[in-house]
Amino acid sequence: MNRLSPFNVVSLTFGFAFLYLPMLILVIYSFNKSKLVTVWAGFSTKWYGELLSNEAFLDAAWVTLKVAVISSSIATVLGTMAAYTLVRGGRFFGRTLFSGMIYAPLVMPEVITGLSLLLLFIGVGMDRGVMTIVLAHTTFSMCFVSVVVSSRLATFDRALEEAALDLGASPFEAFRLITLPIIAPAVVSGWLLAFTLSLDDLVIASFATGPSATTLPMKIWSSVRLGVSPEINALSSILIGLVASGVIIASLVSKRHSVRVQQEERAAERFEND
Amino acid sequence: MVDTVFAPWDDPNVAPLISFKNVTKRFGDFVAIDDLTLDIFEREFFALLGPSGCGKTTMMRLLAGFENPTSGSMLLSGHDIAGIPPNKRAVNMMFQSYALFPHLSVWENIAFGLRRDGVVKDVLNARVEEMLKLTRLEKFGRRKPHQISGGQRQRVALARSLAKAPKLLLLDEPLGALDKKLRQDTQFELMDIQEQTGTTFVIVTHDQEEAMTVASRVAVMDEGRIIQVATPEKIYEAPNSVYVADFIGDVNILTGPVKAAGVDTYSLDFGGTEPVTANSDRAFAEGETVHLAIRPEKIGIHAERPDGPNTVQGKVLDIAYLGNLSTYHVQLPNGQIIKAQTTNTRRISRRAFTWEDLVWISWSATAGVLLDQ
Repeated sequence: MNRLSPFNVVSLTFGFAFLYLPMLILVIYSFNKSKLVTVWAGFSTKWYGELLSNEAFLDAAWVTLKVAVISSSIATVLGTMAAYTLVRGGRFFGRTLFSGMIYAPLVMPEVITGLSLLLLFIGVGMDRGVMTIVLAHTTFSMCFVSVVVSSRLATFDRALEEAALDLGASPFEAFRLITLPIIAPAVVSGWLLAFTLSLDDLVIASFATGPSATTLPMKIWSSVRLGVSPEINALSSILIGLVASGVIIASLVSKRHSVRVQQEERAAERFEND
Repeated sequence: MVDTVFAPWDDPNVAPLISFKNVTKRFGDFVAIDDLTLDIFEREFFALLGPSGCGKTTMMRLLAGFENPTSGSMLLSGHDIAGIPPNKRAVNMMFQSYALFPHLSVWENIAFGLRRDGVVKDVLNARVEEMLKLTRLEKFGRRKPHQISGGQRQRVALARSLAKAPKLLLLDEPLGALDKKLRQDTQFELMDIQEQTGTTFVIVTHDQEEAMTVASRVAVMDEGRIIQVATPEKIYEAPNSVYVADFIGDVNILTGPVKAAGVDTYSLDFGGTEPVTANSDRAFAEGETVHLAIRPEKIGIHAERPDGPNTVQGKVLDIAYLGNLSTYHVQLPNGQIIKAQTTNTRRISRRAFTWEDLVWISWSATAGVLLDQ
């Protein structure tokens, strides 16, 4: 075993402190009995209970979830299609322009994306609400999906698709039966990325929404302006717990899968020619 | 016994399975296949041999349908197949990377093509089992490709491409990923399977030994053109050009002007102390510059000057001991180095020659081939 040098210990401590200290404090204070956020008055879970009876928060959470699921699903379909065309389409006219343009929203300031969407929605006379937030979120998250999927497609052995065609599959069957199952992990992680982005977006949603729909980040933001309540701490702690367990489970599953594949490959080589 | 030599290419009444007619394929300015005309016959094991970039892979992709010829026509059993997509051709391909579907079991990999054709379940099961048996993979049907060894993957790829009983099977460097020992065994396995199934095989390879072992005919390619098509024996013993002679096996080339020296016999002045004589069916003009190609194993090496037409003295420069053979590099007085090979038939014997020895090398008038290019 390598021992950590004092320098490594210091680096690790500072790094993790910067990353996790704020969240840790938030989680601790979510169990605070006192109504004052900064004064500790003993352990309690009452804010979690109150949260469940707060209709406004629950409504906002429901809207957010709905928007996130729908927009990330549409973004995954569109993003995967775009990635497939850009990686596999060959050299069609304007390919370089298209591949540059699909990445532009990644670096575009959110305020500009939000504002331009707002102008578009007003221009076409669309009623602003859940529908427009879904459209806005699809717009900015599909390029993330396309980045994730196209990097997987770039390392995908094209001979697999050719083999499928050669064995009598139509181009669509080759995609559905061979390409899609193999790139599925990238598609799923693209969906998760889009889902998370939509879940915590505040700026674009604020531009795209109308009076009828409020997402959770918007709700939190507006209530914090009236003073931080312990309920918000509880809500944030739940979100942190959900995201953390999702990430941990995903990485454990993929780690165990790759370890198993490696073991089986080694075992197979040992039984060469039996 | 009736003579049953397999040689449909010599029989003008046999229609070819595949024929390329003036096929050209360009990628931009690059000419991958240059006005190529070629017939391949049913039940042949045909090898396309050449260095990388010679167009052999492009030819295979043209046959599979992944590329379309820029001009010319390609016929499969008399029908033009240009423009027919790969999934509608009775041609299957075994890929160099094997291209096994990683998420499907060995069984499902083999069944993939049959399922696309909507083969009924009983027939499909029987066919897959038959393929597993043919490739000795009965025990591995339920495994995934990553759970079997390299040699087994190669056999799965073969079974999968044979499952639909194609008219033509294309093999793209099928043994490239195997180590040498396994490769040699697999070559004979491939030949057995080809004979059992009666399928026409077209194999692409850059390994001349592999091509010579498996093929009924070999096409040597260079820069998008076919230089020579012939049986392995003819390619080796009667190459039509220095390129082919040099590409297949080891060869010594002596170059110089020729003079007629009797019926079908020429004497060639390669710049040595005296000219050498060689027989040739082909006629050459007086004084034409000609190359004499002689294989090292056809050259004898002696301590004393032997009787015979072509004897040259030289000095042993290098000896390569290969176990079964020894190759001597003999330098002639004009500086040229000639390779001569002897077979080590005895286990215990003193080596007759050593470095710096003066030796005589000799060959018969029929040992070499005279080539004009």
